[in-house]
Amino acid sequence: MSGAEFVPISLPPLLIGIFAAVACALPGNFLLLRRQALIGDAISHVVLPGIVVAFLVTGVISTWPMMVGAAAAAIVAVVLIEAIRRLGRIEPGAAMGVVFTSMFAAGVLLLEQSDTSSVHLDVEHALYGNLESLIWLDATGWASLWDLDALAHLPPELPRMAITLVVVALFTTLFWRPLKLSTFDEGFARTLGLRTDLLGLALVIVAAVAAVAAFDAVGSIIVIAMFICPPAAARMMTNRLEHQVGWSVLFAVLSAVGGYVLAGYGPLWLGAQDAVSAAGMIATISGLILALTALFGPCRARSGAPQDA
Amino acid sequence: MTLELAAAKGQRMTQPAQSAHSPLSIRGLTVSYGQKPAVFSVDMTVPPGAMTAIIGPNGAGKSTLLKAALGIVKPLSGRVEVFGTPLAAQRSRVAYVPQRASIDWDFPARVIDVVLMGLYRQLGLLGRLRASHKAQAMDCLERVGMADFSERQIGQLSGGQQQRVFLARALAQDADLYLLDEPFAGVDAATEKAIIAVLKSLREDGKTVVAVHHDLATVRDYFDHVFLINTTRIAEGPVDEAFTAETLQAAYGGRLATAQVDQLARALG
Amino acid sequence: MIADALLLQLGYNATLVAIGATLLGLAAGAAGTFLFLRKRALVSDAISHATLPGVGLAFIVMVAMGGDGRNLLGLLAGSALSAWIGLLCLGWLVRRTRLAEDAAIGAVLSVFFGFGIVILTVIQTMSSGRQAGLESFLLGSTAGMLRADAAIIAIGGAIIVALIVLLRRPMTLVAFDADFAVAQGLPVARLDLAMMGLVMAVTVVGLKIVGLILIVALLIIPPVTARFWSERSDRVVLLSGLVGGLSGFVGAAVSASAPNLPTGPIIVLVSFAFFVASLLLAPGRGVLAEVLRHLRFRKRVHLRQGLLALAQGQPIYEPLTLRLLRRAGLARADGVATETGRARAAKALRDERRWQVVRGDQAYEAVAALYDGLRDIETVLTGDQIAEVDRVIGRPQGVPA
Repeated sequence: MSGAEFVPISLPPLLIGIFAAVACALPGNFLLLRRQALIGDAISHVVLPGIVVAFLVTGVISTWPMMVGAAAAAIVAVVLIEAIRRLGRIEPGAAMGVVFTSMFAAGVLLLEQSDTSSVHLDVEHALYGNLESLIWLDATGWASLWDLDALAHLPPELPRMAITLVVVALFTTLFWRPLKLSTFDEGFARTLGLRTDLLGLALVIVAAVAAVAAFDAVGSIIVIAMFICPPAAARMMTNRLEHQVGWSVLFAVLSAVGGYVLAGYGPLWLGAQDAVSAAGMIATISGLILALTALFGPCRARSGAPQDA
Repeated sequence: MTLELAAAKGQRMTQPAQSAHSPLSIRGLTVSYGQKPAVFSVDMTVPPGAMTAIIGPNGAGKSTLLKAALGIVKPLSGRVEVFGTPLAAQRSRVAYVPQRASIDWDFPARVIDVVLMGLYRQLGLLGRLRASHKAQAMDCLERVGMADFSERQIGQLSGGQQQRVFLARALAQDADLYLLDEPFAGVDAATEKAIIAVLKSLREDGKTVVAVHHDLATVRDYFDHVFLINTTRIAEGPVDEAFTAETLQAAYGGRLATAQVDQLARALG
Repeated sequence: MIADALLLQLGYNATLVAIGATLLGLAAGAAGTFLFLRKRALVSDAISHATLPGVGLAFIVMVAMGGDGRNLLGLLAGSALSAWIGLLCLGWLVRRTRLAEDAAIGAVLSVFFGFGIVILTVIQTMSSGRQAGLESFLLGSTAGMLRADAAIIAIGGAIIVALIVLLRRPMTLVAFDADFAVAQGLPVARLDLAMMGLVMAVTVVGLKIVGLILIVALLIIPPVTARFWSERSDRVVLLSGLVGGLSGFVGAAVSASAPNLPTGPIIVLVSFAFFVASLLLAPGRGVLAEVLRHLRFRKRVHLRQGLLALAQGQPIYEPLTLRLLRRAGLARADGVATETGRARAAKALRDERRWQVVRGDQAYEAVAALYDGLRDIETVLTGDQIAEVDRVIGRPQGVPA
């Protein structure tokens, strides 16, 4: 494919997909090890009520209020889950199930009740986004990458996702040691004076930011799949956290590129005419990678409880 | 030291105030999970430079006492002082070895990674990990006889080896007060020997060691001081005075199995 | 209008939907309880999301065979098949790899759902697929439901309820204590399978009414709600079924009473209202009761500790202790005991010594186990026994001073 075709049509969605996948996979590693993998699931479900409320409050469909609304909904959900878990002494899975389904139901109801049918805000879009539509009309070829006028008209999702990725990566790097420590041995971390409660909350908020930004670009399925599948597959490859995170980034990128390409060109190769959902395909590829590592990964089995010698 | 509450407290209150602060002093500590106190109104004064065993029946609040002292669980009332000040100011002087079972050993980390965690307060958030830090960690592994295992994944170790790694991490903290939760639970004889040797060397360096301990038969061999607890403090003092048939009876009541009593009779001579 | 709806006055279809929703809620509440009691509530999330590829593939197959792709029975059969495959994947991941169940649930649900979306976009490009309306399975839709479809849902719900009634005893046993159930000779593996089968059946039947995203709510919220009201698992099953059934009925009725009130979300929100009320107000495990209990308990602890400190002439460190003592008229602001305070303190100390004797004496073993620092000794010993204990305290040799 020529640059004249690739740069405007394929490059932006490809990059957005990669950034979104990596931004979710990074915190996903810690969520996985903390047995909080499904927080990603919960967050991505409550994004819908968040943007609906933001729309009802501001009355406009614009990105920033909606992202703020979604992030606020994610934080409300996390706080509610924690409160219900502690106050009601309910296991975390069930507490999560209560909160995210109820909030999602409220979102759907609000959506039906409000007059949003005329604007582009619907459940399907929330669920699987529209990666393919994020094209860069002003680009004419590779040269456009140095053309400031053209760059000014990049799809806004691209710089937004890039900034999100930078924020997530910074958080992971900066708090690498405390995150690792408190994930492995929370009691010990607390004796060192670490505020493990705040750190846990910060991790979830960073995950929520990644989820909200990625959701805006690619819908909520990729979000759940990217939180869980690349880190889970990476866990099968290594017994070192540093390497696990590296593998998870690689798997996230592979899923994003492979999913986007297969969704766009797979049907053509098979003789069909239209592309299929790129978000869905990215999730599918990440699942295939997980399946492969679960079958053949060198560290796929549990080390198990040690025998007392 | 005696069972008599008032007398015991009176005696402690007359301790000279100008002497060095106790490494760990607890006053009126009550901790409860739900509606039953696990630890009720406990006072404790750990003597410096000695090895103290916390002893009591199952569910007597031994681990809870330790966790409350470290600020891991929040007490309902009472206060804890470490070297005469609140714990927050003295964190770097306290090392902790948690119960082995409280950890997910499937975590992706090598032995050396775990020991390096003990250097966190030295390294901080972004401090560079230098060769000297690694050497320090290896030295700690050497002391517990685990240097050959530094690259192993922690899940592949035996229970005793895991316990030694935890001790090495505590050594890396280079603290003045070592708090250990059941360090001998479920470990092999060689490990038990290795651990007690390390603890005794710590004492020789003037460090203070406090361990939750289960095996009544070894109390006399291993420890200088005992602290008997069963929800409340039962007795506290040097082993010769406070570790007696009477105090044990008071702590364990009817729960002291006959076999244990026989074993003890031998241990107590 | 709502009154009409609640009294089933809105026509044949709406009535059938209401009955179906009630039966579905009943079945979901009861079946979900077994899952909840086994601490696997979110497995239902994986099951429900895993139905999507099955729905799509069933549509494609039915069209390819020249039939109507929208045949509800066919779609439900497809969804059941793919949910089952999802469950097998989930079980395999947990057993054969190092993944914990929560991660395996998330992996299965997101990958199956993603694949399902791929299939749906394939269907959209098919000539017969434009009006397939399969998206309605995401959120459910009772608007314009065919009479036959409503009947299928009502009958399906009734069958599941009947199965649960039949299997409730052994399944309750397994949910409560699987090891004990094995010891009793119950086929636990098969009962677990039956439990998953029931949850799957609920999901499949519920797809059309509440949709695959919200059916999870019907499987989780009623059991969690019921758990606040009872400590007995058989009652939790029953209560949960009631909460689910009531939510289904009220939700369907309210939804039928006005436009723009989608059935699924309304049912979920009704059950959520039941949950919130229970969380706050349930007498045993509710938050309000818990807070009151904790405050009372904290007061007892502080008063008792304060009295013991007073009796032994120790300073009182905790401001709260001092405040409570003062309010009870037991101490003055400067921490000195009042007349009553001194008497109560002496009594507290004496009781503490009595307890020491009791706990050191094998004869009182059962009583000693009750010690928690707070219990009045009169509540566990008779007057004669206390006199006996006091004689021991009086004896000098028993307790060296």
